[in-house]
Amino acid sequence: MIFVFAIFLLSLLVITSIAIVRTTNLFVAVMLTSIFSFLMAANFFILDAADVALTEAAVGAGVTTVIFLCALALTGEREKPRINGRKTARVAVAILASLMIYATFDKPRLGDPDAPVHQHIAPWYIEKTTEHMDFPNVVTAILSSFRGYDTLGEVFVVFAACIGVLFILGVPPPAQKRLNKVVEQNKGLRHHLIPQVVGRLVIPFIVLFGLYTQFHGEYGPGGGFQAGAIIATGIILYALLEGENKALQAVPRSVLLGMVIGGALLFGSVGVICMFMGGNFLEYSVLSADPIWGQQLGILVIEAGVGMAVCGALLSIFHAFAARENVS
Amino acid sequence: MKLLELLGYFNYWVFAIVLMVGLYAVISKANLIKKLIGLSIFQSAVFLMYITMDKVEGGTAPIIQKGVENQIFSNPLPQVLILTAIVVGVSTLALGLAMVVRIKESYGTIEENEILDAD
Repeated sequence: MIFVFAIFLLSLLVITSIAIVRTTNLFVAVMLTSIFSFLMAANFFILDAADVALTEAAVGAGVTTVIFLCALALTGEREKPRINGRKTARVAVAILASLMIYATFDKPRLGDPDAPVHQHIAPWYIEKTTEHMDFPNVVTAILSSFRGYDTLGEVFVVFAACIGVLFILGVPPPAQKRLNKVVEQNKGLRHHLIPQVVGRLVIPFIVLFGLYTQFHGEYGPGGGFQAGAIIATGIILYALLEGENKALQAVPRSVLLGMVIGGALLFGSVGVICMFMGGNFLEYSVLSADPIWGQQLGILVIEAGVGMAVCGALLSIFHAFAARENVS
Repeated sequence: MKLLELLGYFNYWVFAIVLMVGLYAVISKANLIKKLIGLSIFQSAVFLMYITMDKVEGGTAPIIQKGVENQIFSNPLPQVLILTAIVVGVSTLALGLAMVVRIKESYGTIEENEILDAD
C-alpha cells in the first residue's frame, strides 16, 4: 500500500517539476517549488528519513519560498519567452535522461539490504551509538559527534553564505534611480483580519515546536539544523504579518548577527576546549569524567550552536532581501 | 514479481527525470531566477537519490528503541549528509539570488541575452 502511495507521490513530483519549468510566470513557478518541496519531504518520510523530511519541509517549503518571493519583488515576475536553442537543449537532455535511466539498471534495487552502501560503515555507527552516547537517534549522533568535522564545515558554509548576502545587498542601490522615490513603509498584512488572527495563534506554537526539536533532537527526529529553520520560519511569519520593522524591533539585526557568529564560534570553541582537556578536536568524551555524559554534553552544546547559527543566518538573509529598496 | 522488481528502480527513474528537468531549466532558460529555480530542482533530485539509497527493506528510521531486539534500521549516513546539504543549499541559493538582485539594479533586466547585449 505504502508502495503505491510512494509511486503516486513520485509521479506528482515529476509533473510538478515539469510544470515549474514550463510556466512563464515566476510567481507561479515559486509557488510550485514550494509544493515540490512538500512532495519531496513526504517522499523522504516514506524512505525512513524523518530528520531529512523535517528539514526539507521547514527549509524547502518555508524559508526558500519566502526568499524567492522577496527576490521576485525586487526583480519582476514575468519571464520573457525565448525561441532559439530550445530544441538542442531538449535533445541533449533527452539523451542524457535515457542514458541515466539505462545506468540505473546496474544499481541495487530499492531497499536491497545487501547493497554496498549498507555494508561499509553504517552498521558500525548504529552499533556504537548506544555504547558511546547512550541516546536513540543515530542521525544526531553521526551528525554531531562521529562526523562532527563535516557539520562544523557546513555551519561555516552557512556563515560564509550569510556574510556574502549581507555584503552583496549591503551596498545601496545605484543613486540616479533612487530620486523622487517615496519610501513606503512595509505594513505587512496588518489590515487583513484572517491571516492576522490565525498567524498570531500559530506563531508561538511554531517557535515552541522549534525549541522542542532543538532539545529533543537526541531522542527523536530533530536537532540544530531543523530547529534553526523552524524558529526562523516562525519569526519570518511574524515579519510577514506585522511588517518587517516590527520583526526587527522584536529581534534586532545585531542580535541576528550575534547569533550567526556566536553559533559558529560556540561550535568551534567546544572543539578547542576538547583539545585543551587532552582529547582530539571535537572529541567530546573528555569533557566530563564519564565519557558518555561528556559526549551528551558536547552534543547538546554544539547542537545549540548549530541552531543559533542557522536561525540567525536564515533571518539575516530574509531581512537583507526584505529591506532592499525596489528601484525598478 | 517481475513488475515489482522493475518498480524497485522507479525512484531512480524519477531521480533521472527530475535531474534532467532541472538541467533543462538551467541550460535553456534565459531568465536568471528561472535558472536558479532549475538549479534547486537539480539539487533536490540529487537529495532524492541519496535518500533512496538509504532505504532498507522492512527497516525503520534510525532511532533505536530500548528493549526491542533485532530491529532493522535504514542507513543513517546518507540522511546526515543530505540534512546538512539542504540547509547549505538554501544559503547558497540566497547568495545567488542576491547577485541576481544586484544584476537587475545595474542592468535593469535579468534576461541573460539582454544582459549580454548591454555589455
